[in-house]
Order: sequence, then C-alpha cells, then structure tokens
Amino acid sequence: MSVIPSRHKSLVLLTGVVVLQILLLAVQIKRDSQGRLIRVWTVGAVSPFEKAGTSGIGRIRNVWNHYFALQNTSRENEDLRRENGSLKLQLTQLQGKAAEADRLAALLSFRQSHQKVPMLGARVIGASADTASQTISIDRGERDGIRRNMGVITADGVVGKVIEAYSDTSQVLLLTDKDSGVGAMLAESRIQGPVGGTGEPLLAMKYVANDDDVKMGEAVVTSGMDRIFPPDLPVGTVREIKAGSPFKQIRVRPAANLERLEEVIVLLTLQPLELKKAAVPAAEAAGSKTSGEAVTEKR
Amino acid sequence: MNDAFDLRIAESHIEVHKFHGGAIVIATALALLVQTFVPVYFSKFSIIDLPLLLTIYFGLSRRNPSTGLLLGMVIGLLQDSLSGPTVPLGLYGIAKTIIGYLASSIGARLDTEHPAARFALTIFFVGVHQGLITLTRRLLLAQPETFFTVHLAIAAAINAVIAVALFALLDQLRKS
Repeated sequence: MSVIPSRHKSLVLLTGVVVLQILLLAVQIKRDSQGRLIRVWTVGAVSPFEKAGTSGIGRIRNVWNHYFALQNTSRENEDLRRENGSLKLQLTQLQGKAAEADRLAALLSFRQSHQKVPMLGARVIGASADTASQTISIDRGERDGIRRNMGVITADGVVGKVIEAYSDTSQVLLLTDKDSGVGAMLAESRIQGPVGGTGEPLLAMKYVANDDDVKMGEAVVTSGMDRIFPPDLPVGTVREIKAGSPFKQIRVRPAANLERLEEVIVLLTLQPLELKKAAVPAAEAAGSKTSGEAVTEKR
Repeated sequence: MNDAFDLRIAESHIEVHKFHGGAIVIATALALLVQTFVPVYFSKFSIIDLPLLLTIYFGLSRRNPSTGLLLGMVIGLLQDSLSGPTVPLGLYGIAKTIIGYLASSIGARLDTEHPAARFALTIFFVGVHQGLITLTRRLLLAQPETFFTVHLAIAAAINAVIAVALFALLDQLRKS
C-alpha cells in the first residue's frame, strides 16, 4: 500500500491540504460568501464565551474598582480607608449614574433628532482574529432585525457597516478597514468625496480636487450618497491636507473612537435615509458611549 | 488530533515532546478566544498573533510534519472563520498549514529549546507567515499588498518576545 515513500508522506499531505484550501478560496471568490456554514458554527461556538468574557470583565472591573483598588489605600490608615473607601464607593456610584444620565441624555437627544430612523443598540463582544482587518462582533443578529449592509454608528459618528449577520451576533466592518468606505462631504464647503479606511487610525478622503478649498480641522459628514448612512452624520475631522496628483491627499480622524468601542447603534433599515437636521448635532450630543437598550427600536 | 504520538524520527537525539490530554485543544481555543476578545479593550493587542505562536510552538515541540501541518490548518481555518467575511476561508489556513509543516520539520532537525533559538525562529516564521498571506492576497485575491513594512518588523519583534515567554509557559503542559 506504500506507493509513496514514508519520508515524502508529509510533503504529499502538505501539498494536498494546501491545494484543498486554495480550492476553497477559489470557490469563495467565485460564489461570493459561500462556505458560510463553518463561519456560523465557529462564531456560534465562540460568541457565548465572548459574551461571558465581556460580562466577566465588567464584573472584574467592578470588583477591582469597588474593592481591591480601595483596599490598597487602607494600608495607610485603616479607619481613614474605610471612610474614604465608603465615600469613594458612593462617588463612583454617583459618577457612574451621572455618566449614564449624560449618555442617556445624549442618546435621547440623538434619538429625537433622528426619530424616523429605526435603531438598535448593541454591545461589542469581540474583534477580528485577523491582525490586519478591522472588524468587530456585536451581540445582536438576524433575530433582532439586523441585515448585511446596515449602517453602524455611535452618538459620536459613523462606525462602519454590518458585513455579516448571524442569528444572534453580527460582524461589523469598521471605517478604518482598507475595504471600508462611506459617502462623505466637507461640512462647510459641501464638497463631496468618499472617505475610506487605510488600515491605519486615520481615514482617507478621496477625489477632492487640488483647487478646492479645504480647511484643517473642518468637519467631514456623511453625504447620503452611499444609500447606507443618512446625510450629515459626523464622519470625522480633517487632520492632514497635502497636494497630490490629480487630487488632494486628505486624512481624516474618525469622529467615533473606533479603537475603543463598547456599545454601538445599528441603523435598522436598508432603505435610503433622509434625516432632518439634528437639533443637537450628534457630535455634540455624544456623551462618550451609547447605551444598548436605551435606543432599541425595531421596525 | 491525537495528543500523543510515537513517531521515531531519524534524528533520535532530538527529544519529541508529548502533551497532557486536551492541552493542545484547550490552548488553541484559549488563544483564539483571547485573540478576538482582548483587542476590544486593548486595540494594540491585535499586533500579536497568538494562533500563529501556538502553531509554531506545537510544530517545534511535536516535530511531526503531518500533525504540525494539520494542526496549522485547523488553527488557520478557525482564525479565518473568526475574522469576518473580509477574510476568505483558507487565507490563514494555507499560511498556517505551511508554517506548521516548516516548524515541525525544523523542530525535527534542530534543538529549539533555547530562548534565543525560539526568538529567532519566531521572527523568521512571522516573516514567512506574512509573506504567505501577502502572496495569497496578491495571487488569489488580487489585493495589492506589500511584502515588507516597518509594521511587520515591529510585529515580528513583539511576537518573538511574547513567544519566548509564552513558549516557556506552554512547556509546563508537556508530559515529563
């Protein structure tokens, strides 16, 4: 049975396995997004741990903030520590409530100014296992009404779009990913140009002619041309402007803190959106984070 | 995959390490979980490729090319699955299959227990891994990628430092 010499068996196995995976790649390229079942299984198997981990980290943080961190101060003076610890605990609770109230107020304001848009709050439970791509996992999926290509934002601004919706979780492509893009325009001059990711923290605004006047620090907002995001949502601010050929090279800092997302809002519609101008601009309304449940509204 | 194997390699002076039952499976699952979970709170963590480090470690330790490449394939495909639709299934699978094979083959010929050897080999493997990813992206996915960046050099160095500590930790899982 040993047609292949044993010393070459592993090499043959290697070749076979690599060829199989190349075929797998080829099938996916031809039939966009096939082979989805293994993704569903894997994500389904991992997401409960991610959810549990998120919850666990929150608890550990609470325990650390409310107990261990305060315990350190007790070394100096036990009585003073108790009193101080108690006050700190109260202060932390009050600050937490105040921050939560701020966030809810910001979200309410944001929500009121975008009443016609169905939205859903979601918690970030994971990031991409690929070191190069910029995606996150959220704890809401098809059962909650989420579909591919829905926009994802925070009260600060645009985050990205849903690229895969599973039953209970979804994956979101962040604006900073190289494959990402959003229809955008400069807030003051209304000059339009798509903004896309570069794989780095700053985004790139394309197709702005060298003759056009662009100011440093100028706000960049959505144009609505991508039919995913409504117009006038904050995308970012201009941080670098260089003359290029034939277009300006403009770098934009994202309005939303994409490196530290904990909660996001999913725009539950695939229809082109038209929004009234916000009474309170979303950027100003942004407290810091969003509250998942506070903005939940299904179509 | 069986954690215990009794392959007798030609270089009998190189010790083949066995691991406690389930150690590889648990370590792999933990690595994938940490890889997807920690960057939510610490985005810079994504520069570390824990699944790659595990592929290298188990390849170097077990020194069986067949199991090395199969383990690399499984880890790579799982990583692909957890990376979202922008990463097609097989991208990391191919790269880690080859890394698993190379690591096992090198492990069968060299003594890779010394931290300096592990450091150097990890830098080498991170470079090869990235080269394979870039090659696959260019040839099969028609995505323009550069083979060498400063970021890659920094990533290789950081991964190598982490590898020295991680490998020492994983040594504890070996059967004595």
